Amino acid sequence: MHSTRSSRESSNRVEPRADAVPDSPTIVELPPGSAAVAALARPGDAAPANQRREGNLLDVRNLSTQFFTPAGVVRAVDDVSFTLGYGETLGLVGESGCGKSVTALSVTRLVADPPGKIVAGEVIFDGIDVLKLDEDEVRKLRGKEIGFIFQDPLTSLNPTLTIGYQIAEAIRQHMGLSKQAANDRVVELLSKVGIPRAKDRLKDYPHQFSGGMRQRVMIAIALSCDPKLILADEPTTALDVTIQAQILELIQRLSDEFGTAVLMITHDLGIAAGMCDRINVMYAGRIVETGSVDELFEDPQMPYAWGLLDSLPRLDDVRGDRLRTIEGLPPLLIDPPDACRFNPRCPYAHDLCRTKEPDLTARGATGHFARCWATEPEGWIR
Amino acid sequence: MATTQAVGRAATGRRERTGLWWDAWGRLRKNKLALVGLVGVVILMFAAIFGPMLAPYPYQDQDLQAIANNGFRPLPIGSPGHILGTDQLGRDMLSRLLDGARISMSVALVVQFVVLFIGLPIGAAAGWFAGRVDTFLMRFTDVIYAFPDLLFLILLSVTLRDTPLGQAYDGLLLVFVAIGLTSWVTVARLVRGQMLSLKETEFVEAAKAIGVSDRSIISRHLLPNGSGPVIVAITLGIPGAILAEATLAYIGIGVQPPRASWGSLIADGQKYIRSDPHLVLLPAICIAVALVSFTFLGDGLRDALDPKLKGKQ
Amino acid sequence: MKRYLVRRVLWIIPVLVAVSLITFFLMHAVPGGPWDQEKKLSPEVIARLNQIYGLDQPVYMQYLNWIGGILQGNLGPSYVFKDRTVNDIIAGGIPVTIQLGIQAFILAVLVGLPLGIVAALGHNRWPDYVATGLSVVWIATPSFVLAIILIIVFSVDLKWFPVAGWEGPQTWVLPTIALAAFPIAVIARYTRASMLEVTRKDYVRTAQSKGITGRAVVYRHMIRNALIPVVTIMGPILAFLVTGSFIVEHVFAVPGVGRYYLSAITTRDYPLLMATTLIYAFAVAVLNLVVDILYAYIDPRIRYS
Repeated sequence: MHSTRSSRESSNRVEPRADAVPDSPTIVELPPGSAAVAALARPGDAAPANQRREGNLLDVRNLSTQFFTPAGVVRAVDDVSFTLGYGETLGLVGESGCGKSVTALSVTRLVADPPGKIVAGEVIFDGIDVLKLDEDEVRKLRGKEIGFIFQDPLTSLNPTLTIGYQIAEAIRQHMGLSKQAANDRVVELLSKVGIPRAKDRLKDYPHQFSGGMRQRVMIAIALSCDPKLILADEPTTALDVTIQAQILELIQRLSDEFGTAVLMITHDLGIAAGMCDRINVMYAGRIVETGSVDELFEDPQMPYAWGLLDSLPRLDDVRGDRLRTIEGLPPLLIDPPDACRFNPRCPYAHDLCRTKEPDLTARGATGHFARCWATEPEGWIR
Repeated sequence: MATTQAVGRAATGRRERTGLWWDAWGRLRKNKLALVGLVGVVILMFAAIFGPMLAPYPYQDQDLQAIANNGFRPLPIGSPGHILGTDQLGRDMLSRLLDGARISMSVALVVQFVVLFIGLPIGAAAGWFAGRVDTFLMRFTDVIYAFPDLLFLILLSVTLRDTPLGQAYDGLLLVFVAIGLTSWVTVARLVRGQMLSLKETEFVEAAKAIGVSDRSIISRHLLPNGSGPVIVAITLGIPGAILAEATLAYIGIGVQPPRASWGSLIADGQKYIRSDPHLVLLPAICIAVALVSFTFLGDGLRDALDPKLKGKQ
Repeated sequence: MKRYLVRRVLWIIPVLVAVSLITFFLMHAVPGGPWDQEKKLSPEVIARLNQIYGLDQPVYMQYLNWIGGILQGNLGPSYVFKDRTVNDIIAGGIPVTIQLGIQAFILAVLVGLPLGIVAALGHNRWPDYVATGLSVVWIATPSFVLAIILIIVFSVDLKWFPVAGWEGPQTWVLPTIALAAFPIAVIARYTRASMLEVTRKDYVRTAQSKGITGRAVVYRHMIRNALIPVVTIMGPILAFLVTGSFIVEHVFAVPGVGRYYLSAITTRDYPLLMATTLIYAFAVAVLNLVVDILYAYIDPRIRYS
């Protein structure tokens, strides 16, 4: 992955990447006659499923998800808001335990209840508030409109069912195809995700595939009903580094091809940089910075983001030097005080940071927001 | 979630006592069923140890006077002088039940010692030396395992009952040995498994690198770490041992009369079950309490020592 | 996988040989001969009896004779019933015991599995407590105690079923229940634990994310996977059914092999004892093998490896 250049002498400002993406990727409207569309068109569907449209596909407003444990109420996701446009790729970046996975699970209401519960907020998907639907209606969304790619393909696939069956399951549930038609579609999907001799492998079991292949199967499952949105929860973390790039490239290619929006959850900034149009940085259950890839990498506005960027190993690092880390540990999410949650680890913290939590405020005019007293226009870092 | 909690402890700055056993004890305390079991076990142990001192009568004494007054029928519960009644020979039920408790609890403990005595070395040897030693020992245990427990038990008891071994302590010694001989395989297998997996861990490699002797490694590193599942297995094996002893006594080849094993009490009382059900019900309840208590305790220990199994918090 | 199966089948032979050796030599290690019962017999009579029954030969010869006989289907003469062979005595008993065992097994599976599944699905609510409570009670009750209670309640007081014997379906009910109680409890507990573990597995979440019905998730993903480990306890369950049967047979006076086994203990009828032991061991070994084969078959990870 490409490293960012940051000079340690200057005041933590990041210079433009040599190969920075010039502008956000355009969303291509699928021409009606293309082979790709023909292969995946639903019966009776004239127009392709995902076109660029006005408005937002996903509009999360003030989402709060909490876990009720004997030790206390853990506020895993605390008043989180963000939007995702049709066909857009949004990154949700943060370290372990910051709430990014729980956010994604909350969008489809897959949070384990008990002990988890979505306690507040709205999740507007394609105009419908998911949180207000009843269980049956949510079920209809899952798999069909929203696909999920989970982190560990070994444990996320049922070891006692063939992969052909598992991929076809959602298809048969939502699209009502016959067994034969569903299997045909499965074969198409398998070729699309790059599994050779797809037809022969329908009756194979997950343990007969390698890790990378299994993740491709997961991707096939997620894409099986041509969803508008894919939630990808650390899809490459459990894989070999060499396979990671392939899988990411596959996800990107497929989402471009079908105009699917992707919510890419990762702790790896490098991955986010390579794939996303915009990035949300999460910390301790809150979104602390949001902006386009360029904005975030060129002009990050929050010490946590600086730390993250700085900690990426660079090609010109001297071997034997210590790796740069952010000192300290993330905070307890039970009963957090009204203060900036990052302040114990922040080298720039002032009293204000310890007594009042900053709001997410604008930096510049283009949708770049950050949650930090210090970098506000009146703050003490310029 | 786990990260959050671990971090939570660090963030609040309190230094809590941690460590395998302390954590496990904390979890055990929260498990209500396990606590019930623990209470039951404690009561039984108490009865077993102090029974003879607390019993109103020696267990084999017959109160012929009271029986004669009752038409040679057993006395019911609540009779004067015999709070739990008597059996058909006038022997006080409470005293006999206490003797039965002593028998059952001693079976529970001693058998596990026998099991450990046989199973631990065999399992440890198989796991530590691996290779041909392992194969040979495992084949040997397979053969023992293939023998149906109860059959082997009966066979041993029957064939050895006229020997000095069989006569000792009214047959109790034979019961210990026989039950122990038939139940050590599980523990041996477990110890072997633990040994095999722990042997490959890094801290063992490190100890070896420093030059610690094999025996020292086993006793100071492997045993403490691997003992969790073994403790659970032993506790869960106790109900089986108690049941086996009761069954043997019921058939008539276990502990010999006039000792009052709960199993033989049931066998004796069968005939009177319609007229004097307490003869059968009382020992049956005792057996049930013993089995349930150790089972709950064993389950609780298992959950406490390996929280991954339960997945709670 | 085939190699594994072949090995398992072949392995039964040495196991049975070992069992027979142990049984035989235990019998012959016992002081006192089989004639030491009621009346004292004169030495000449004893010597004569020994000669007839081949007991004057060296031990290993006796063993070989006995094994030879077994392999030809001759289980030996009975020391007690001088006019009958062991074959005669137990021939009638084996079908009865097998029937009882099969009935109890079917009952155990039919009741135990659903009980465990229901308990797991209703975790921490009343179905769980009821099912767990019942299974605890059954585990804590020895089969002979349960048998006695069943007899009292159902035969003597309610007079629904006959007290003992084995003629017709009416007599089959109580013994089957008494024998099946413990297996039901064990199966239920195991199934419940297995289901609870499966509930937390990642692939269940994947299944839910596909939007299939809750029912489909439970049947196709949870129960399927939960049942596989349950098969592993079928071995010990079957062994229990074999050995527990003779206690139950004793209490209910069922004319199966078990009854003779127990009487042979008291009368010291060694050939009978040895033969029945061997038969039981053989049955357990074969049943365990069947379970192992079944397990290897239903878990795709083993089948296709």
